[in-house]
Amino acid sequence: MARAAVPGGLSARRAWRDATLVERRPETDSAVTLVLDVDGWPGHLPGQHVDVRLTAPDGYTATRSYSVSAPEHGDRVELTIQRVPDGEVSTFLADGLAVGDAVRLRGPVGGWFVWRPGQAGPVLLVAGGSGIVPLMAMLRARVAGSPPFRLVYSVREPDDVIYRDELAAIAATDDVEVRLVHTRRAPEGAARPAGRLQGTDLLTATGWDGGDPPTCYVCGPTGFVESAADLLVGLGHAADRIRTERFGPSGP
Amino acid sequence: MTIPGHPGAEAAYDGNLMAGPLSELFALDVTVAVVRCRGCGASSEVATLRVYGPEPGLVGRCPGCDDVLLRVVRTPDAVWLDLGGVTSLRVPAPRVPLEEDVDRSAQT
Repeated sequence: MARAAVPGGLSARRAWRDATLVERRPETDSAVTLVLDVDGWPGHLPGQHVDVRLTAPDGYTATRSYSVSAPEHGDRVELTIQRVPDGEVSTFLADGLAVGDAVRLRGPVGGWFVWRPGQAGPVLLVAGGSGIVPLMAMLRARVAGSPPFRLVYSVREPDDVIYRDELAAIAATDDVEVRLVHTRRAPEGAARPAGRLQGTDLLTATGWDGGDPPTCYVCGPTGFVESAADLLVGLGHAADRIRTERFGPSGP
Repeated sequence: MTIPGHPGAEAAYDGNLMAGPLSELFALDVTVAVVRCRGCGASSEVATLRVYGPEPGLVGRCPGCDDVLLRVVRTPDAVWLDLGGVTSLRVPAPRVPLEEDVDRSAQT
């Protein structure tokens, strides 16, 4: 019955493990999903991250934190890497790491920006750019009986949508509403013109059952997260039900 | 040129990024801990700090007044932690019954 609040014992989370790339899945021109096999992986919650460490032949090391993009599944850990300009680690992971190669990986870490399957209440997810990654792990962790979810996903233009086909399939189900917000260029015939995220984008089309307030998870570049969180507060969402994760200075 | 940790630039990250480095030091997840700022007295969850980095280390600033609260640097043979801007650190610890066993509706 007793379970740790966060998967993995203490020493298990601290240990660096070998993670071997078993599959590479392009998502967009600039994002790729890496499926890693991690021996003895202790499991994780949607929203948690892992630290990835690269070591050069001369001993130079670089460590970066990446969100896990899929729920716990044995020894498999999926990360979606967005190439960033001058990003030495992201560029290597996205382009240089081949199937069969190994990196060092530690985790899972972080217990604040997580959705626990079984957690009560509806969920509002707000993603800017590759901020979709931890939110996708939450969407993928839903099971029969999970509360309703709503995703508002802001991208520059249609080609930037990560997980496009899977999101379309999820949007066709009853329990999840998906709304795409295009900031620079909208698809042909789109009802919403291209433009920055606004308060009206965050209003639900169907309403939440019984007026139950959602827990909001906002992830994206800093400027996007600040403005989305301000919009949510302006719409009446309680600040303590808004969880944020910022991962970079440039916005969609 | 941007000076790492200088408040003139917008923070690129937040305290969620400190989870890994701090996991080497603390037995519990410190990103859910509440720190009190020595400068303005505001209490903030570590996950909500404005964080600059990642190299040469992470600098966490108060979301209220922008003072430096804590700094974490990983050197090849040490973890260096500066908590100089913090007067207290309150870390939620496991209890019984576990959160998932509590009927939330009974709390209101």
